[in-house]
Amino acid sequence: MTDLLYWQALNRAMDIELAEDDSVFTLGEDVALYGGTYRVTEGLLAKYGEWRVRDTPISENTFTGLGVGAAMLGLRPVVEIMTINFALLAMDAIVNMAAKIPFMSGGQFPMPLTIRMPGGIARQLGAQHSQRLEVMFMNVPGLRIVVPSTPQDAYWQLRQAIRSDDPILVLEHELLYFQKGAVDETAIAPPLHQAQIRRAGRDLTCITYSRMSTVAQEAAAELASEGIEMEVIDLRSLSPIDWESCVQSVSRTHHCLIVEEDCRFAGTGAEFCATLQEFCFYQLDAPIQRVAALDLPTPFNGALEAATIPAKENVVQAARKLMGLNQGVSQ
Amino acid sequence: MDSNLMQAMLRDMLRARAFEEAAAQSYAQGQIAGFLHLYPGEEAVAVGALHAAEPGDYVVSTYREHVHALVRGISARSIMAELHGKKTGVSSGMGGSMHLFDRERRFLGGYAIVGETFPIALGAGYAVGYRKLPEAVICFFGDGAVNQGTFHETLNMAALWKLPILFICENNHYQIGTEIHRHSAIVDVYRRACAYGIPAEQEDGMDVLAVYAAAQRALHRVRSGDGPQFLELTTYRYRGHSMSDPGSYRPEAEVKAYEAADPIAAAIHEVSLKYPSQSELAAAGPDCIRQFFDRCCQDGHIDDAALQRLQSEVQSEIDDAVQFAIQSPQPTMEDAQAAFTQNRRFETLL
Ligand SMILES: Cc1ncc(C[n+]2csc(CCOP(=O)(O)OP(=O)(O)O)c2C)c(N)n1
Ligand SMILES: [Mg+2]
Repeated sequence: MTDLLYWQALNRAMDIELAEDDSVFTLGEDVALYGGTYRVTEGLLAKYGEWRVRDTPISENTFTGLGVGAAMLGLRPVVEIMTINFALLAMDAIVNMAAKIPFMSGGQFPMPLTIRMPGGIARQLGAQHSQRLEVMFMNVPGLRIVVPSTPQDAYWQLRQAIRSDDPILVLEHELLYFQKGAVDETAIAPPLHQAQIRRAGRDLTCITYSRMSTVAQEAAAELASEGIEMEVIDLRSLSPIDWESCVQSVSRTHHCLIVEEDCRFAGTGAEFCATLQEFCFYQLDAPIQRVAALDLPTPFNGALEAATIPAKENVVQAARKLMGLNQGVSQ
Repeated sequence: MDSNLMQAMLRDMLRARAFEEAAAQSYAQGQIAGFLHLYPGEEAVAVGALHAAEPGDYVVSTYREHVHALVRGISARSIMAELHGKKTGVSSGMGGSMHLFDRERRFLGGYAIVGETFPIALGAGYAVGYRKLPEAVICFFGDGAVNQGTFHETLNMAALWKLPILFICENNHYQIGTEIHRHSAIVDVYRRACAYGIPAEQEDGMDVLAVYAAAQRALHRVRSGDGPQFLELTTYRYRGHSMSDPGSYRPEAEVKAYEAADPIAAAIHEVSLKYPSQSELAAAGPDCIRQFFDRCCQDGHIDDAALQRLQSEVQSEIDDAVQFAIQSPQPTMEDAQAAFTQNRRFETLL
């Protein structure tokens, strides 16, 4: 067990997979000589050489497509797209190629492709660099999406993604790279898409993922001091979603609060909410509530930027309201 | 050459340098956050090219666009305020450093996704051609941008329809940490334009007079209906790719340890995070401002005393801009909503 930063955990996972399987290689802008924008590929060029750790030109659609083609020949590419905002330029490779080829070929071509990308709202990077696009990929059958929120998950989920024969997007949050956490390299990893209870609680279930998982845990600590016990479920995967873990929890707490960083309208929470009410309608004591970002491009101004995305206080308030509302109803 | 023009260009180069250094300082003091891509070293490109342009021409630029905006006549105050995210900024604090827009001055924006300046310029060129207007569209981009599909697609359509666009490649030889020989099969960027039959030249982007003359020739051809033109201007950036390059927020000891272990990365970090060494600067050729000042002196357009006066005028303009930015109010959420719903003036949605 060692304490690692999130980026170090990813770096370690890359290193091990490169060492253990010579069909694994990585490419992207500034991944080799520079070591990656967030240092995830640091030191790998020196160790594995340029065929396996390749700097690319700024040609996202084509180098992501290269990953698809190479995967068809049995290599296991790990494509780094410098940030998720540039994945919009690689949508053809991701959506039309990677997600479709295994199916369109009648199952002849596995697609052992991993695409890593930082995303989310960091600090004042402007509207084009402050996006949460996970929901766009969720709507594409054939893609699997993981959203690690801890160094341990980053380590496990990247390794598992590389070993999978499906195309998997690993969405890393820009504000998590310098978070520290314990990483146990000998422990057995849970299934790639299994949700985790980050904090147990009897009163309400909070369903969340990525950086919002830490925000929700902070809120849960505050709520506990008021006597409200909020269970925090970190989904860890957005496609597929571990509904069973969610349903089990909601069936116990009878209250469900969704916390997401993306925009509210047609956001990830809309999917969580719709499916959970199908499963749990009769277990719920109150309508499922969502805490989400404003439906607005991210303003550059720092205070406005912060005001567009959920903070601990918003989660605490929503939880109180959800519980209070219920008391009102049952009285 | 006309003395007024020489002096105006020198003044703009000094303003450009002073503006960027002031921005760097504000960033270091925590007054500016986010990405901040600075221009020192490359001033001759924006100054030479934009002095050759007409006020009616359109300009499209990247995230490294403060100087283009400044030379285009957008006030130092409103650019600096935008960098500070203030309501008085040229984009009302909604855009930030990488997204300066000024409709009145036909500044069509700073774009942060590499390769976006091409289609925007293509569309602007199409609109100008469509109305048979005399204006030109000037499209700036870096050496790293030419490997994006939009570059090739745009050159093809611009040439096909003879659109009035001047493409200007600011070749500073770097795509963040990747040197041009490692990102491009053809490193003489102008040669790529030839593939689309677009007249193209390579010029010394450290020599403002050479840039000015080349831009003037090219713009003349654009206005004569000869279709798109292409300039590659070789230059050099003195600062890192941006102020928030990964290295700048790494714990010092960690960086040192890493650099000690990896000589290749150490060399790259040198280049990207600090001003380069004297020897490297010397190899890049003389500083464009120094070089131009010497030329102005030699030709009798200016002397040391006049330069000092000019410098202090420029410095007070920039100091004032910083003060203005700091004292300006923050935008409110109502301002943000107003910007967002601006298009809906005549329409009520549900
Ligand atoms: C589509 C896209 N991919 C990657 C990036 C990240 N990025 C920002 S600037 C840059 C390098 C651009 O180099 P160049 O075009 O030479 O311009 P310079 O910064 O040297 O002025 C990269 C890779 C981006 N902004 N957009
Ligand atoms: Mg460059």
